[in-house]
This record gives sequence, C-alpha cells and structure tokens, in this order.
Amino acid sequence: MPKIIKGNQIVDDSWIIIEKDFDGELPMGKLLLPLQYWLENRENLQLMCTGLWIDSDEEVEAIGFEANLFPLIAVNFPAFADGRGFSTARLLKERYGFTGQVRAIGNVIQDQLFYLKRCGFDSFDLKEGTNLEDAVASLSDFSVTYQTSVDQPEPLFRRS
Amino acid sequence: MYVYNENDQKIIEERVAQFRGQTDRYLAGQLAEDEFLPLRLQNGLYIQRLAPMLRIAVPYGLLNSKQFRKLAHIARTYDKGYCHITTRQNIQFNWPQLEEVPDILSELAEVQMHSVQTSGNCIRNTTSDQFAGIARDELEDPRPWCEIIRQWSTFHPEFAFLPRKFKIAVCGTEGDRAAIQVHDIGLQLVKNDAGEVGFKVLVGGGLGRTPVIGSVIREFLPKEDLLTYLDAILRVYNRHGNRSNKYKARIKILVRAWTPEVFAEEVESEWEYIKDSPAKLTDQEIERVKGFFTAPDYQSIDDSAVEAELEALSENNIAFGKWLQRNITPHRVPGYAAVTLSLKPTGVAPGDITDDQLEAVADLSDQYSFGEIRATHNQNLVLADVKKSDLFELWKKAKAGGFATPNIGTLTDMICCPGGDFCSLANAKSIPVAEALQRKFDDMDYVYDLGDLSLNISGCMNACGHHHVGNIGVLGVDKKGEEFYQVQLGGSSDTDASLGNVLGPSFGREDMPTVIEKILNIYIENRSGDELFIDTYRRIGLTPFKESVYAKDH
Ligand code: HEM
Ligand code: SF4
Repeated sequence: MPKIIKGNQIVDDSWIIIEKDFDGELPMGKLLLPLQYWLENRENLQLMCTGLWIDSDEEVEAIGFEANLFPLIAVNFPAFADGRGFSTARLLKERYGFTGQVRAIGNVIQDQLFYLKRCGFDSFDLKEGTNLEDAVASLSDFSVTYQTSVDQPEPLFRRS
Repeated sequence: MYVYNENDQKIIEERVAQFRGQTDRYLAGQLAEDEFLPLRLQNGLYIQRLAPMLRIAVPYGLLNSKQFRKLAHIARTYDKGYCHITTRQNIQFNWPQLEEVPDILSELAEVQMHSVQTSGNCIRNTTSDQFAGIARDELEDPRPWCEIIRQWSTFHPEFAFLPRKFKIAVCGTEGDRAAIQVHDIGLQLVKNDAGEVGFKVLVGGGLGRTPVIGSVIREFLPKEDLLTYLDAILRVYNRHGNRSNKYKARIKILVRAWTPEVFAEEVESEWEYIKDSPAKLTDQEIERVKGFFTAPDYQSIDDSAVEAELEALSENNIAFGKWLQRNITPHRVPGYAAVTLSLKPTGVAPGDITDDQLEAVADLSDQYSFGEIRATHNQNLVLADVKKSDLFELWKKAKAGGFATPNIGTLTDMICCPGGDFCSLANAKSIPVAEALQRKFDDMDYVYDLGDLSLNISGCMNACGHHHVGNIGVLGVDKKGEEFYQVQLGGSSDTDASLGNVLGPSFGREDMPTVIEKILNIYIENRSGDELFIDTYRRIGLTPFKESVYAKDH
C-alpha cells in the first residue's frame, strides 16, 4: 500500500485519485474526485467515503462552505514551483472553516513541507522515491515563525 | 538599527542548517538540479558564467561596522578579495564555492546577516531611501516599516512560490529616493486630512523587459493595516498572476491586463476578509520596532560656526570644496551632514569594493558616524551622521581609501550591472562601457558643469542596471552574436518618474564615448541657465539629439 505522511507519521494510505478526464463507472473504495467532476455530478453522487481534489488553477470558491461535506480535500501541485495551492489551502481552512484533512498531492518536494504545514496541509502524498523519514524531519525545519498561519493564527508579535 | 532578538537569531540559524542540509543532499546527488534551483535561489545563490554568485541581503541598505568587517573577512577568505554593491542595496560575491556557501551563511548569521530571499520567485529584500531618518524632507522614518515588512516576508508560508520575483520599496518623503514607482509594490508614507500618517500604495511598477510605472491603488492605508493589505495584494497576485510565461509573470502584467481599478477592487475585497485578523499590526509592535531607529547621541552644535570653517577650508582646498559640493547631503540635525562615499572611481567596476576598503569604511564609520553604514541603490555608500567639523579629516581619509571621488549624482556616478563579464544572461559587457565613459569624461569641471545627470547601463533587457530610468540609459543588445548598445534618453526614477525613449539604431562599443559626447553637446547648446539634462530633454524632445548623433559626417 502506498505510504504518505500524515501529521508527523508515515502511514499507509488507500485513497484513490480519480483523474480529471475520468469517464465511466467509478471504482470502489475511498475516492478523491476532481472538483469539476463533483460539480457536474453531485446530484448523482453518494458522498460516503468521497474526497475531492482541487487543481492549482481551480478556484476554491467553487465549493466554498460546502467543503465540510468532505472528510478530505487534496490540492494538486502540477509543478512544485506552482504556489497557488498554498493560498487554496489557507482559504479552505481560514475562510471556509474546513475541518477535514487537507492533503498535498502532485509534485510536492520535501523542502516545501514546512510551508505547506503552515498553510493548513496535514497530509502529504510525496512523489515516489522521496525519503519519507527525511521529509518528516523537514516538517520541523524551523521552530519560530513570524506570520499568522493556519497552524499558528497569532503572529509572533502578538505572542511575545 | 534593528537588533535581532533570540527569535530572529534562531530563525536565521535554522535557515543556515536547512540550507546546509539541502546543499549536502544536492552534492550527494539526492536532490535534483531543478529541485535545488529554487532552494538555492531563495538563498541568493545563482550559478553564473564563471562561478556561483551569492547575493546577501542588506535590509533597506543598513549595515554596521561589525557586519562590514565580516564582509571583508568573507571577501578575503571565500572570494577574490572584493564584493559588489547592487542597485537594490544588497551585496554580491562573485566567486564563492558552492561547497562553502553554508559556511559563509553561518559566518553571516554571527553578525545578524543572511541571504534569505535575495533571489528566486519570492518576496525580496525591501529597499528604502539611503537618507532615511536624517532627511530634512521626511515625513516619517521608513526603516521601521521596512523592518516590519522584512519580518512579515521572511519565510512567509503562502508566498514562497510566487509566479515571479516580488520587490517592495518604501519611502518617507514626497520626493522619491527609493524608486518606489518601479517596484512591484511601492509604499509612500503620507498624511491624510485628519493628520494621521499612513501609506499611499502603488502596485505594478517594474523595469525588466516591460518597464512600467506603478499605479496608485490606494491613496491612504492606515498604518496598522499594512501587513493585511500586503497579504491581500500578494494573495491576489499568487492566485492570478501568469504562471505559464515567465516574461508575463510579474504583477505589472496582471495589473495592466485587469486595469489598476479592477486590480484594486480585487485587493479590497480580499482585504475585507482579513483586515481584522490577528495579522493586523498592534501599536505595541509598531512602537517596539520604532524603538530601534531612534536618533543617535547627537551633540548640539553651532551650525553657522562650522559652516564658516568649512567655507574657509574649501577656499584653500579646491578638491575638498568640490567634494563638499557633490558628496555631502544636508542633515536634519544642525552641525551634521551625510557623506556619500563614491564607489565609482575611474577604472573600477561601479559598486565594487575590496576587503581592505570594507575595513577602512568600517573604521571611518566607527570614528565618525556611530558605526553605521548605508548601501545606496546607486551603488555607493553613505555615512549618515557625520559632524561637519569632522568632514575635512574624514575627506582626507576617504581620499586615501579611494572613495572620495567627488562625482555623486554626476555623469561618472554611473549605475552599471555586472554584464557580460560575469552574467550568463548578458547580451553585452557593461563594465567596459562604464570605464570607457569614465575615461572619456575625466575632466571634472566639465562633469560638474553638466550637473545632476544619471547614466545607467544594463547588459541586457533584464534591466539590472535600471537603464530605463537613467537620464541616459544604455542597453546591451545582441546583433548576430556581436555586442551592440542601444541608447535611451529621458528616463528618471525621481518623483516625476519616466521611462526613457530609444534614440535609434544601436552602436558598437568603441563608438559609445563619442555618441554620449554628442548627446551632451546638444544638451549644452540647448540648456537655458542651470537647466538640468532631464529638463532640457523634456523641453526639446528626442529629435535634436537624434539628428546630431545620426548626422552623416561630411
Ligand atoms: C549576475 C547575475 C544576475 C542575474 C543572472 C540577474 C538576473 C536578473 C533577471 C533575469 C532580471 C529580470 C527579472 C524580471 O524582470 O522578471 C533581473 C532584474 C533585476 N536585477 Fe538582476 N541579475 C543579476 C545581477 C544583478 C545585479 C548585480 C544587480 C544590481 C547591480 C541586479 C539588479 C537587478 C534589478 C534592480 C532588477 C529589477 C528590475 C525590475 O524592476 O524588474 N541584478 N535580474
Ligand atoms: S541586466 Fe542582464 S546582463 Fe546585466 S546583470 Fe542583469 S541579467 Fe545580467
């Protein structure tokens, strides 16, 4: 079973990512549906065990407060340098009060994990071949931060 | 100047450790080239023609003598004995070894310095007016605000992978000495009708391939709202900036495509959500940071008496008189002056400074200016708080050190990028052009007679040498593999900023001195009274210059 990082742990994971151009009958299991697919088929879908994934160029406003229908929302990074997903996660958490799991998928690299965590991501599906122990260590690259963030809403100047 | 507390220090040290790990992984082949690239860029490390180039952050240009001595040590130990002051008030080393960069960073951390976010697609070092805090025309000192922005932007979790680089400048004066109109965000401290101080906010300025003067998107932003408003601008840009074409990725392109009005509306509506979040500044924090920028221990001095002395000295010593005229800036405190040390003597690449000179400047600053030094975006250094009664002595020492060339603000005080001698993006060399011009115009009286005049040189359209905003701008172009130079006239980065206009077809390097001479001759023939080059140009336009330069010889 594929391994991912969840919290500070390396765990097995069984979510299945459904591609954007998917057509036909959905497989069984825990599915991560593309945002657009859900928007188009929501009437016919049974939400049990369904998560959603949002691509970097898609606007999180399209689901808005309905985010909480899902236990997990994944945000895709088609390239690691495409930083839109950082804003997507913050909006999900801070604006739409999403309480479920936010997962980074796609081309995320180890050195981004610390930032991702601060923006509200709590699980990371890193590309194959990544040394996950090292990656977990990167989650604590820094012990002090200046800004407000999802994991620390008070900026440093309000704390010290 | 700002002094790190434990938290600030820890963040910088943890960064050094992080980068050491990344470099180790890269050297061990565990981190791919394309993955290491943005990481090293965010630490100011470019791989250039001859060696890596390391850019060190100098927050808003402010340094102390201890830091200068450390830079001298680094130049001597890890480089070829010199470094370079950039047009964004930073410092560059041209010859470090990749393997040694973590050690350099760790040495820098000892003196509260770093290279965080000095390149890469992130929020860069915030720049300001080199005369901040001492200028007579200042509404309020911009440096505390720059420091507040520095902390906010350092490892901002949401904005580390922007579509493109992002530069912010702050000024506290009506007249703009920080080029805020050619920055991604320009902030000007202003007073509203109720007498409160806040910010005028400009976005979308920039040079590079598509030079644009920034647009005002908010006339008055209350101080406490600074960071939330910046968050809103950056979020709109991060989400909507172009990511498919790097030449269209700067915020200026988005602002232009949407129009400044629409962009402003988007920012305002984003800001509505976050303006009262915990990110809103507190009075306590503003006061804390301001507390680091208080006036040094000035003495009370009879200004007219020292002025009389200076006058007498300069009558007996013409060279000193010229230096006073060009390299001294008035100070808001009577009896004091700001001294600009010129890094533009003939024969040295503009902005270069050696290890010994760094130490000499550190000594001068300890002796005469409370141990502080400022880097300017014109690639010079400033000692900001010198007693006028010390000026003569200081001048003699500066002269011995090689930085008393009395040319500040004149033709030979050129801005020049590293160009083809160092930079792999260059179309043409720029340093030899600067040198040829300095040699051609070595008659100081002629140069003084021309008065304030900026000549800026970039080796390619990336515009690191700010050629668009030089009164005379020189741009290296490539024609079938040969180096040529295009000339632009009429640029300015002052309050009434303007972009230069292209004179016409480009020239070979050996023709450049004559071309510039012809341009200057037209100015001299046409100026009325004390009129500056830029004003004459604005009055008479491009045509007379063009006719003279391209006239067929008979
Ligand atoms: C030698 C290595 C260097 C490289 C590879 C380099 C590369 C670049 C590039 C590609 C741009 C254009 C970015 C854009 O428009 O999006 C740029 C802009 C700029 N560079 Fe450099 N640069 C170098 C050195 C310098 C130095 C030494 C200075 C200062 C003297 C400098 C100052 C600037 C400035 C001020 C801009 C901003 C122009 C703007 O507002 O867009 N650069 N640089
Ligand atoms: S303007 Fe061009 S040649 Fe000059 S430093 Fe920048 S990228 Fe290099």
